[in-house]
Amino acid sequence: MTSPSAFLGYARPDSRVGVRNHVLVVPTVICSAVVADRIAASIAPIGASLPHLAGCGQIGPDLNVTHDTLAAYCQHPNVGAVIVVALGCEQVVAQQLSDAARHAGKQAAIIAIQSEGGTLRATARGVEIARRMAETLARVERVWCRASSLILSVKCGGSDYTSGLASNPVVGRVADRVVDMGGAVVLGEIAEIMGAEHLLADRAASHEAATRLLRVVSRVEAEAIALGLDIRGTQPSPGNMRGGLTTIEEKSLGATHKAGERTRLEDVVAYSAPITSKGLTVMDTPGLDVESVTGMVGGGAQICVFTTGLGTPTGNPIAPVVKITGNSRTAHGMADNIDVDVSGVMSETESLDAAADRLLTEVLAVCSGRPTAAERLGHREFAIHRRNPTI
Amino acid sequence: MNAALVISERDNVATALEPLEKGRMVTVRDKTVLVAEPIARGHKVALQAIRTGEAVIKYGSPIGNASRDIEPGAHVHTHNVASTRGRGDLAAREGVASGVNRTSAAERPTAEPAE
Repeated sequence: MTSPSAFLGYARPDSRVGVRNHVLVVPTVICSAVVADRIAASIAPIGASLPHLAGCGQIGPDLNVTHDTLAAYCQHPNVGAVIVVALGCEQVVAQQLSDAARHAGKQAAIIAIQSEGGTLRATARGVEIARRMAETLARVERVWCRASSLILSVKCGGSDYTSGLASNPVVGRVADRVVDMGGAVVLGEIAEIMGAEHLLADRAASHEAATRLLRVVSRVEAEAIALGLDIRGTQPSPGNMRGGLTTIEEKSLGATHKAGERTRLEDVVAYSAPITSKGLTVMDTPGLDVESVTGMVGGGAQICVFTTGLGTPTGNPIAPVVKITGNSRTAHGMADNIDVDVSGVMSETESLDAAADRLLTEVLAVCSGRPTAAERLGHREFAIHRRNPTI
Repeated sequence: MNAALVISERDNVATALEPLEKGRMVTVRDKTVLVAEPIARGHKVALQAIRTGEAVIKYGSPIGNASRDIEPGAHVHTHNVASTRGRGDLAAREGVASGVNRTSAAERPTAEPAE
């Protein structure tokens, strides 16, 4: 059978391709998050804000990660225009964020609450700018784009025994096909590679990629050991264990299926860092779903396919998140959160390849604009990973 | 639909695709076991005896070691399998210096990268 290999996307001036066309309203700091939310809400659903808890009181790597993640969203191809909402005295520099957007060829504006004269004036001015930007973006038309322009993020959350047997292998087949078409795939959650790293290292395109993967997994394991605690409290989670998963190794072996069965590991990158290789990239993200999706979208993924056994609602402010389950009870019991039901794989009424055909068709339809369950429900979770205390 | 599923020929456990009651005979691939205790859907049943310290194999790879002897047909889960990865609790108890990976390179699944 022939699989579709193109979608209707947004061709951006910097030659990247978007699947959504948001006006992004970025608070530089937690203090400007409410104003940013209100400005974005005034042009819903095209408006998207990035409420976050950081932007000040941070030093060193954490400050860099906050800045780099926000800048990455300002440049993201799913974003058409950017409004940066500053307070005025914070560490994250509004001008740098708006410069990042302009360098990517996007319209950008800055509003500072202190210099505008308070919440009401800043909000009113932001709403006015947002409306003008939304009108401009509404005139931008989608054009046919090749699947080779896609960076597909793969993720699992609320895993149970069906994840490793059905939904993750189905996603893995789609990942392989996206790479066959010239695209890229990104896998995060280093803790959930622990126990399966040998499989990915065997598929590494270079000695360096394999070494970096093994090194980053060792670092995460050493961090867990250094805490002197048993990670079994969270890996697997209590829900994972009720679902039949016994150890992190078992969870990882099932989870790693979603990175494909034959894609070559090309690169290992830091949290939110640009994904520049075709083929498979592993990103150094934590296992917390929202932090992980936030980082992979920051790296440039335009869409996320997210498998779940027990069911989970997670979305993202600017990237569609497609939910797949192999658990028929979850497909019915949380029907409003699920986009693709592959429980036929478990009951042997559908093959893995047939389910993958169906999922790939859905992924490309979503890239062309079909809203996901998470988008319809307004799930826009966003959380920047941090490692150090607030100073 | 089979009552249980084995993923790799090397596996010594199978995954129950429906609740398995005690006394049921379950055949997966070429192995038949007598279910020794109730096993919930999604949980694992031992296909052979696994002695304390031996690897429990699923997906063709080790998912942990048996923490006690496991008989064929037994429920295989957290009560009789221990992870070997990220176990800071063991490191702390044994006084291993913090930050040191206590799993030796020889014990870990390693891979020589393809050149």
